[in-house]
Amino acid sequence: MFDLDRWREIFQSINKNKLRSVMSGFTVAFAILLFTLLFGIVSGLKNTFEGAFVDDAANSMIVRVWKTTKPFKGLQSNRRIQLKNPDYEYLEDKYDSKIDLMTARIFKNFSISYDNKQDNYSVTAVHPDHQFLEKTIIDEGRYINQLDINESSKVIVIGRLIKSDLFGEKPALGKRVNVGGISYKVIGIFSDDGGDNEERVAYIPVTTAQKLYGNNNYLSQIRIGYNQDLNLDEAIAFGNLIERDMRSKLDIHPDDQSALSVRNMAEGRKGVDVFMIALFFIVVFIGSGTLIAGIIGISNIMIFVIKERTKEFGIRKALGAKPSSIVGMVVQESVLITTIAGYLGLTLGTYILSLIGNNLEKDYFIKDPSVSQGLVIGATIVLIISGLIAALVPARKASQIKPVVALRAD
Amino acid sequence: MIRIKNLHKSYPIGKDSLHVLKGIDLHIKEGEFVSIMGSSGSGKSTLLNIVGLLDEHDEGDYFLNGQEIKNLNEKKGAVLRNKFLGFVFQSFNLISYKTALENVSLPLYYKGVSRKERQKIALDYLDKVGLKDWASHLPNELSGGQKQRVAIARALVTQPKVVLADEPTGALDSTTTDSVMDLLKDINNEGMTVFVITHEEEVADQTKRIVRLKDGIITSDTINVQRNPVKTV
Ligand SMILES: Nc1ncnc2c1ncn2[C@@H]1O[C@H](COP(=O)(O)OP(=O)(O)O)[C@@H](O)[C@H]1O
Ligand SMILES: [Mg+2]
Repeated sequence: MFDLDRWREIFQSINKNKLRSVMSGFTVAFAILLFTLLFGIVSGLKNTFEGAFVDDAANSMIVRVWKTTKPFKGLQSNRRIQLKNPDYEYLEDKYDSKIDLMTARIFKNFSISYDNKQDNYSVTAVHPDHQFLEKTIIDEGRYINQLDINESSKVIVIGRLIKSDLFGEKPALGKRVNVGGISYKVIGIFSDDGGDNEERVAYIPVTTAQKLYGNNNYLSQIRIGYNQDLNLDEAIAFGNLIERDMRSKLDIHPDDQSALSVRNMAEGRKGVDVFMIALFFIVVFIGSGTLIAGIIGISNIMIFVIKERTKEFGIRKALGAKPSSIVGMVVQESVLITTIAGYLGLTLGTYILSLIGNNLEKDYFIKDPSVSQGLVIGATIVLIISGLIAALVPARKASQIKPVVALRAD
Repeated sequence: MIRIKNLHKSYPIGKDSLHVLKGIDLHIKEGEFVSIMGSSGSGKSTLLNIVGLLDEHDEGDYFLNGQEIKNLNEKKGAVLRNKFLGFVFQSFNLISYKTALENVSLPLYYKGVSRKERQKIALDYLDKVGLKDWASHLPNELSGGQKQRVAIARALVTQPKVVLADEPTGALDSTTTDSVMDLLKDINNEGMTVFVITHEEEVADQTKRIVRLKDGIITSDTINVQRNPVKTV
């Protein structure tokens, strides 16, 4: 295969027929460029949608309550629904096998102060599993644990921004802060990917909140992390089951969405999945269309090029060129051009994608678009093989033309 | 060298066929300088193309250098052309993007000669046709006569058995015609078989044997007395 003289012939032919070479190369480069950009943009969209879920656990599910909008079993509408500890225990016992993580949430707002600094913050009372459901990242110290729950300890985990508000650069761990008039010990400092608002929050044990603020067994929400073994459809069914079960337990009309609902991440993910699958098919369609257009482009150009060179082939054959040498020369030239052009298209495409970077995230939901090298190399190989076949078929035909006929061509 | 018996050739034209060569008998020995004369359309080129293995005959026998030419595929044909034959065409048929030197060395490339050797030999032959200084010029930088001399160098470079020339002076003026014919005479004097097609009497006059073709049949085949040294008994 490696015949230096053959390569010399090819380089000369490319070099002396630049327009022709650039034309055939351009088709390929353009096809690969489009292909790269297309897949890059889709991967960018995918990154954005997947990114929308990193903030909370993917298997999270929240039981929320508000006011009834439908009368039911003789009860008036506009009745305020309240979740309580027995509801929590009921779900915990009944659906134990389908539940991985579970926490209650009680939302409060307090003024928190340290030294002479103070401000108002959201304080959420939680169980230990809340850490994983909210994907809270502990920077220092620890999170609420079961012992804190059991003993209703006056401990608090504060967000990174509360810490910097109240403590600045000074250490906060182990210090006592005043929360709505009661002294709590700071046991941990956390950060969260969900943004600044989620880092201006403090967490305290559920039991402590119930005991100190109203001495009741009220809960604002129940949050569940369903078992990861459930697939999306099963998880959605599980969410619906809990919704119906809880409505009947609390004497709510079965369709009263306002009174009690389950916000299920699985449903959002299902939506995105459907969207991504649709996108995937669109991309496969357009991507293969682009490749096919590239292939047709090379074939046409090769047919044209070979026709144009028929007389030259006739001369070469008169001088003793075997058909195989003509075919080899043409095919090798075509493959060389498609390879280089494909590589250029790929490089340019990846470069453009890297320029795009995260610039289009806000308006177009395209985040960090990129393509897997494998995919693009695969596409280039497809084009090279097409270049080979596109050249092989007409070149073989041309090489079999009788010299006398070829010499007459113009 | 070339032995042809009862050779026929027809071209299909639509449903009909045009009978161009109607039984040619011709024997050319090594070292001869033969011209084929005839008016346009008489079948001269058809005959030369068959002799040059650029085309196939329909009927009859053709022996080249003792080897019967029959059912030749393109590959075998290419090898035989490269080994035994050199071509000179009326329209030169140089490759436009190659220099004079590259054009002349191309047959050696197909013969498998190394690059260095090729260039050396090709330059020798360019020198022989007086164009050593034009080696690096492209065909479109050469005059008609120069192009034809490059083509002759290219035909000679593999030292073939026969040089076939189809109206080599057809596109040239009279002075350059003479210089090209002088070159062919020199080649023949060195012992090479030369086979020229022409419809010009002046050109045919300079060859040693004149074959006249009319409507696909040989009408006369004569020794050109002027050009043959009279043998003393
Ligand atoms: N490929 C072809 N197809 C059909 N007819 C042809 C072909 N080549 C030549 N002819 C015809 O055959 C006849 C002889 O042609 P040719 O051998 O070229 O004559 P010459 O060289 O003596 O002028 C002409 O009538 C010409 O038109
Ligand atoms: Mg002719």
